[in-house]
Amino acid sequence: MTPEASSKPIKAIPVRHTGRWIAGTLVLLLSLAVLYSITTNPRFEWSIVGQYFFSMRVVHGLVLTLELTVISMAIGIVLGVVLAVMRLSPNPLVAGAAWFYIWFFRGTPILVQIIFWFNFTALYPVIGYGSWTLNANALITPFVAAILALGLNEAAYMTEIVRAGILSVDEGMTEAASALGMSRLLTMRRIVLPQAMRVIIPPTGNETISMLKTTSLVSVIAVTELLYSVQLIYSVNYRTIPLLLVACIWYLMVTTLLSIGQYYIERHFGRGASRSLPATPLQKVRRFLVRFSPGGVPSHE
Amino acid sequence: MNDRPATQESTPMVKAEAVHKRFGHLKVLKGVSLEVQRGEVVCLLGVSGSGKSTFLRCINHLEKIDAGRLWVDGNMVGYKQAGDRIYELRDHEVCARRAEIGMVFQRFNLFGHMTALGNVIEAPIHVRKIPREQALDTAHELLKRVGLAERMHSYPSQLSGGQQQRVAIARALAMQPKLMLFDEPTSALDPELVGEVLEVMQSLAQEGMTMVVVTHEMGFAREAADRVVMMDNGKIIEEGTPAAFFNHPREERTQQFLSKIL
Repeated sequence: MTPEASSKPIKAIPVRHTGRWIAGTLVLLLSLAVLYSITTNPRFEWSIVGQYFFSMRVVHGLVLTLELTVISMAIGIVLGVVLAVMRLSPNPLVAGAAWFYIWFFRGTPILVQIIFWFNFTALYPVIGYGSWTLNANALITPFVAAILALGLNEAAYMTEIVRAGILSVDEGMTEAASALGMSRLLTMRRIVLPQAMRVIIPPTGNETISMLKTTSLVSVIAVTELLYSVQLIYSVNYRTIPLLLVACIWYLMVTTLLSIGQYYIERHFGRGASRSLPATPLQKVRRFLVRFSPGGVPSHE
Repeated sequence: MNDRPATQESTPMVKAEAVHKRFGHLKVLKGVSLEVQRGEVVCLLGVSGSGKSTFLRCINHLEKIDAGRLWVDGNMVGYKQAGDRIYELRDHEVCARRAEIGMVFQRFNLFGHMTALGNVIEAPIHVRKIPREQALDTAHELLKRVGLAERMHSYPSQLSGGQQQRVAIARALAMQPKLMLFDEPTSALDPELVGEVLEVMQSLAQEGMTMVVVTHEMGFAREAADRVVMMDNGKIIEEGTPAAFFNHPREERTQQFLSKIL
């Protein structure tokens, strides 16, 4: 053991961060000012916000927004994986087709695509061949048009995300899998894609959050999702600001939930990538409390 | 003797005749001819860039040869012959041939999202279609054999280089290969971890596994190899028993190489 004097813990006077204190005070004052204004300006009409927050029509709109987000993202992800594998195919025609798809759907505005699918029946009034036909008007409802537009557009972006993920996986993995006699598709499914997930998940989370908000665009084709629902209400009672606040708060709440979900999914696919998994926020809070509780033992760090 | 098919016993495990390989304008192999008999351990030596790793990768068709002929266990690598015509193998045929040949890489290449155990059972289950229980039994045995029974639930990132390489050897052995290829298996390891990997390889050699080993470990070549082959500039320039090769090298290039490395 070392002599007692040198093994004593150091008790030094900490550096004073004057700049940090000034900046912190300014930020605090500004926040208080904004908060004061929000709470005291009567034109925010917070009582109206509360009144409509859980109203039937708003909740229905919210559910439709969630449906649109989930279905469109599912289409986008599945189609994106297929197109990404196609883009990396050794067959130039297959790779070219995937390239063309991305070029088209990424190169035209999403709002235009939404309106296009809404008017698709003008282009093909009848869908099918011979006696197997369907009335396009019955098939492509505004909801279906919205799903098609959002899902097909998303697939173009997901393709690039998945492709980047696949390319990020060390070539040695494919080589080792080949040496074990695994086929190209088996290698992709069992070895490459699971490891690509670590790279694919964070931008996909962003895409999902972005999709949640993009669904508000389909209000232009009269799909009664969250935004169009509140628009319908304020077009009658003229309480525009409080009703937009209702929509905003719902959007914020859902994106917050999605961010938390994303964190845990990332953690799941990060296994094996580092020696130990990072602590979850709950674990961090618990550790923090333990450290500052009387008699708490500081964790080793 | 006669009731056995011709591909058993009589034919060498690996037979190369004037194998050529080019990457663009760079000629990497310029006519390599070599036979490896069943149960033989052959070490390929040579400076980096001499073509020894490329030759090894040609044996399981990770690289396609441009000219010459290459057979493993009597089968042409990457092709099949019917009459005087040669047909390129289909992907699944190439896979089936590769499944018979184990390969160990310099950088281990363990599947990072799977535990050591997961790495070992992956190919037996999904390529060989062996029932999971049976694959697990074999994997437990193999991991015990390479001294990693306690670490089988660890991910590669939680293992040392030497441990990872031993898992990689177990993974290759799980396919019950008839031939093992080692591509500089200890070059990426810290010096104190080299021994544990060489020990496993040495025990494999003693059990009669046919092995082709690209290595810079002269100690291993001297102890475990039946034959040592020296490559230089895309050709084999000298071969012989370890005793003859290390004590009385004939070629000047070999002498230079040995004086640098020993």
